[in-house]
Amino acid sequence: MKRFIGFVKKEFYHIFRDRRSLFILFGMPIAQIMLFGFAITNEINNVDIAVLDHSKDATTQEIINKISASKYFSLKEIIEREVDIESVFKKGKVKAVLVFEKDFSKKFIKENHATVQIITDATDPNTANTISNFTSSILKKYQQELNKDVQIAYQIVPQTRMNYNPELKSVFMFVPGVMTIILMLVSAMMTSISITREKELGTMEILLVSPLKPFQVIVGKVIPYIFLSVINAIVIVLLSIFIFKMPIQGSLFLLGAESVLFIVNALSLGILISTISKTQQTAMMVSLMGLMLPVILLSGFIFPITSMPLPLQLISNIIPAKWFIIILKGIMLKGVGLAYLWKETLILLAMTLFFIGVSIKKYKIRLE
Amino acid sequence: MSITISNISKSYKEVNALNNISFEVKKGELFGLIGPDGAGKTTLFRILTTLLIADEGEATVAGFDVVNDYKSIRNHVGYMPGRFSLYQDLTVEENLNFFATIFGTTIEENYDLIKDIYVQIEPFKNRRAGKLSGGMKQKLALSCALIHKPKVLFLDEPTTGVDPVSRKEFWEMLKRLQQKGITILVSTPYMDEAALCDRIALIQDGKILEIDTPEEIVKHYPKTLYNVRANKMYELIENLKGYEHQYSVYPFGEFVHYSDTRADFDPEALKQYLEAKKLTDIIIEITEPTIEDTFMELAK
Repeated sequence: MKRFIGFVKKEFYHIFRDRRSLFILFGMPIAQIMLFGFAITNEINNVDIAVLDHSKDATTQEIINKISASKYFSLKEIIEREVDIESVFKKGKVKAVLVFEKDFSKKFIKENHATVQIITDATDPNTANTISNFTSSILKKYQQELNKDVQIAYQIVPQTRMNYNPELKSVFMFVPGVMTIILMLVSAMMTSISITREKELGTMEILLVSPLKPFQVIVGKVIPYIFLSVINAIVIVLLSIFIFKMPIQGSLFLLGAESVLFIVNALSLGILISTISKTQQTAMMVSLMGLMLPVILLSGFIFPITSMPLPLQLISNIIPAKWFIIILKGIMLKGVGLAYLWKETLILLAMTLFFIGVSIKKYKIRLE
Repeated sequence: MSITISNISKSYKEVNALNNISFEVKKGELFGLIGPDGAGKTTLFRILTTLLIADEGEATVAGFDVVNDYKSIRNHVGYMPGRFSLYQDLTVEENLNFFATIFGTTIEENYDLIKDIYVQIEPFKNRRAGKLSGGMKQKLALSCALIHKPKVLFLDEPTTGVDPVSRKEFWEMLKRLQQKGITILVSTPYMDEAALCDRIALIQDGKILEIDTPEEIVKHYPKTLYNVRANKMYELIENLKGYEHQYSVYPFGEFVHYSDTRADFDPEALKQYLEAKKLTDIIIEITEPTIEDTFMELAK
């Protein structure tokens, strides 16, 4: 036991003396969560729009006022001719143009039917879609206000409610994803690098010719990183609570326990990588390509798994991150407990045991 | 016997690193493995320290089989690999402490064993190992390999890249360790260090050329050896090589070591030959063959 503690102590020396890695270790989660939280967002805010109003009457004025009063849009320009539509888009001044037809008010009252055209800049399809949806819903709302007193037969009024994330804040979606990425990166990449470094520097040769058991070396390597990863997880959760006002619905204890399970899973993957790579560089490349890309692309973090082709959907099942993200979303946003997440937890646990088993088996007690 | 090696062979993909090697090292002996780079010294060390498994043959260290009892061997040997293999980002003291701990001992417990060596680096004990000079690195590595009082000490080229003064000190330390009953197997490419061992094995291309005490080995040199000197070294070597009766010619410090094919060689005749080639200040005198001469002869 004393040997083991000595070994862990040595690992901490390595980590704390390597200032640059330490900075990456703790700077990265903060930078990433800020980036995803503030910069990369699906929401629209203050989108600039232009209006081409052919009728210029009370009704169109009211609609324009309603739209520009919302926090989603700000009226940038009023144009007078059809040809100007093309030019305001090309200048990149606005993202959308609303066109009201001639005699809008008259038609609306007399014929109960008037048209407004929404033209969006679809170079960014997501934003264009969102803009058109938001505008439509403002128009619909206005229409309903007008029809308050009138009874129309056979009307379907959809009432939507956005459960678990009523304001559709994208940061809520990113937090579980970023947490997964960072824990994966810190745990898997850092351990694999620290083990291959011993191989590269030749110190592994001396460790092998010592009474230290393979098990002790591996666990000794892993413990400092469990510690650091847990700190990282706490930092991420605190940031999301205090900066992004993200409520954690479920039990914090369960969140912690599941995180530790995922960290151990990632660490065992890191050990596995170190058993197959000879240099620190290979270990880093394998971790980045073999772990990071699948985590980002196939875990459901950015792209919904249900809309992937079937083969990719199947592959996504073997990615631990997928299950961890389901668990995180469940606990953080839905507030569900183990009763609902036992299946995912069990899968993660089985994967972890498998990786640990394989890496202990593959750990070489000799040089070749 | 501290180390027994019988019929060990080992080859990597294409290279035959060790070819049917057998020898024994007695308890408390300072045994030298002498040979050029690539002779197979490191491979043999790795087999004996249980890091590699030989293709053929058997070996024991401190009475334990290198394959089956590898765990026991790892408790009882000290190993200093060829390149500096300590933690560069740890200080001198931290390195020593770490190795003491993983071998289940403390610096204090075995301090007397490493004292002679450690006092020299103790003033720098708070310096990171990566910032030490070559000689001090070696002393630290030796201290770390010794800290658990091993029965057998394996030193793979401990003096390569170390200055002559430190090399001399290093060998004096080995002599003192030997007196404490530790068996030492040391490899070196430097022939002058070979004379300091109890017995040596000359090794080349994975084969043992000769095993004996340094004194006996030089007696095996078959010819009378001469030191030859003249005003121009390069012309001297060229002309000696062109001499019809030459047996061997190679530079040795400020002299050229020369031996002749004839039993009744007359130095005076050689001198005249060289003078005819316009060389001056010619000296020809009999000299004692060294291990290097023997090695060159055997390696022919």
